[in-house]
Amino acid sequence: MSTVVKFANPSPADTGSDPEQPQISHADSFVELEDVTVTYGRGKNVVRALDTTTLRVKAGDFVALVGPSGCGKSTILKLVGHLIGASSGYVYVAGREVGAEPVRIGMAFQNPTLLPWLKIRDNVMLPLKIVPPFRGEYRTKRKTEFRDRCDALLKQVGLDGFGDKYPWQLSGGMLQRASLCRALIHDPQLLLLDEPFGALDQFTREELWAIMQELWMTRKPTVLLVTHDLREAGYLANRICVMRARPGQIIDDSQIEFPRPRTMAMTYEPEFVALNQRLRELIVEARGAPAASAIPEATP
Amino acid sequence: MNSNVRRKIASAFLIFGFFVLWELLCLAFHVSDVVLPRPSQVIYTLIVRFPAMWPHIFQTVYTTLLGFVLGVSIGVVIGVFIGWSKLAYDVAYPMLVGFSSIPKVAVVPIFVLYFGAGTVPAVLTALVMCIFPVVVNVATGLATTEPELEDVMKTLRASRFDILWNVGLPRAMPYFFASLKVAVTLSFVGSVIAETVASNRGIGNLMMIASASFDVPLVYAGLFVLAGLGIALYAIFSLVEARVTGWAHRKTEFAMG
Repeated sequence: MSTVVKFANPSPADTGSDPEQPQISHADSFVELEDVTVTYGRGKNVVRALDTTTLRVKAGDFVALVGPSGCGKSTILKLVGHLIGASSGYVYVAGREVGAEPVRIGMAFQNPTLLPWLKIRDNVMLPLKIVPPFRGEYRTKRKTEFRDRCDALLKQVGLDGFGDKYPWQLSGGMLQRASLCRALIHDPQLLLLDEPFGALDQFTREELWAIMQELWMTRKPTVLLVTHDLREAGYLANRICVMRARPGQIIDDSQIEFPRPRTMAMTYEPEFVALNQRLRELIVEARGAPAASAIPEATP
Repeated sequence: MNSNVRRKIASAFLIFGFFVLWELLCLAFHVSDVVLPRPSQVIYTLIVRFPAMWPHIFQTVYTTLLGFVLGVSIGVVIGVFIGWSKLAYDVAYPMLVGFSSIPKVAVVPIFVLYFGAGTVPAVLTALVMCIFPVVVNVATGLATTEPELEDVMKTLRASRFDILWNVGLPRAMPYFFASLKVAVTLSFVGSVIAETVASNRGIGNLMMIASASFDVPLVYAGLFVLAGLGIALYAIFSLVEARVTGWAHRKTEFAMG
């Protein structure tokens, strides 16, 4: 799991850090982006999705990424999940260059993406079928240990007794809970959430925030949450990074100090509202920023 | 449910009415059975001459099913291959379209040239007829995997085979079974075509001989058998489809089972 401190010196001086020795990194951060840029397309049609971004996330931290659409929030998740590569710069996860070493990652999206032909329980257990330490034991334990583990998790998110149902028998909020279970069943070190509550109604969403907070507090994975909802970010995260678009960059990084467990009532207290307002202004500013900033608009 | 039953009764009446009308019109206008036999005459012929027809029926079913099984197996392999790899899809697709647009009757003489008249050309024609729909459907099913789901699998470090086995193939199943219905009907057509052109057995051949000797009721009896077999094969594969891929037709009849 998370590495012991080997060499902790997060000074910008070693940005170029030897490609020969990528394992030497800043060990107190679990996820680290170092001067990362991501561009799509080539020639005239090049689009800069992420512009020289540096971000360090401590192990067990809960970081929310907020910002206008197209600011590269999801790009950061994809980089960390090793779904795309950086055009330049380095991405480290668990002290190694991303992809170099297997890290258990859970992922959930706005769309629950459960497999319609499997029961909820089998859907949730899908990662156990794939991820190495469990993979070899899947056949022997799927009716015993894994099943109990899955049912316990389902119970924790309020889906007790729904393991034998098929996805189309459940409502949207229930599917999203199941999707969270699937993201957590293999005890991930890193949880990547891309607007997981975006498509739900207000009350279901708030219910799921409470569940999410509880899951995080009991398991302490490192979480990166992409969201449009500032209340959600304030309620769940320890730290909020505000991004702006074109070029995608982090323009504000604040620690959220509200005590845990947080309650829904807290989100209406003056300090919380003040935080929300400050973030909101930052985003409005980021959106409204004239395109004069740096790179000229590259349209096809 | 009620309207469903009513619809089924209406369909049954339409079919039954069609034959009754046929029968009555033939009787009313005194149509000779050399021109158009009445359904009752056809069914009589069918019953009386069934022992003589049986080997032909068996032959047709045999060549159809053999060609179908071989064709589907080949079709699945090709379909998985080109659905799995974008490159293979792009490269192979034009050629597949070319092959599929050849009228299949045209290949029968070639098969006869190599294998002589008889069972082999019929099986091969059935085979080539049913490959294409299977290939296209399996490839489409594999290609429509949600990208987000693929992302989930990739972050779990699933291999391409893991993704294919756990996500791609099950996702392609409804497409595959839908194609089986079409494929079995097509391979049936293929084998009958081959029999009419070059064979000494099979229902196609029986109908050719009967028409040459103006045994029109027998020709029609052959047609009835073909219709019955076609419907039976289609029905069997529809049933299999509904059973295996019920999840894809959710909320209609399989809900809250």
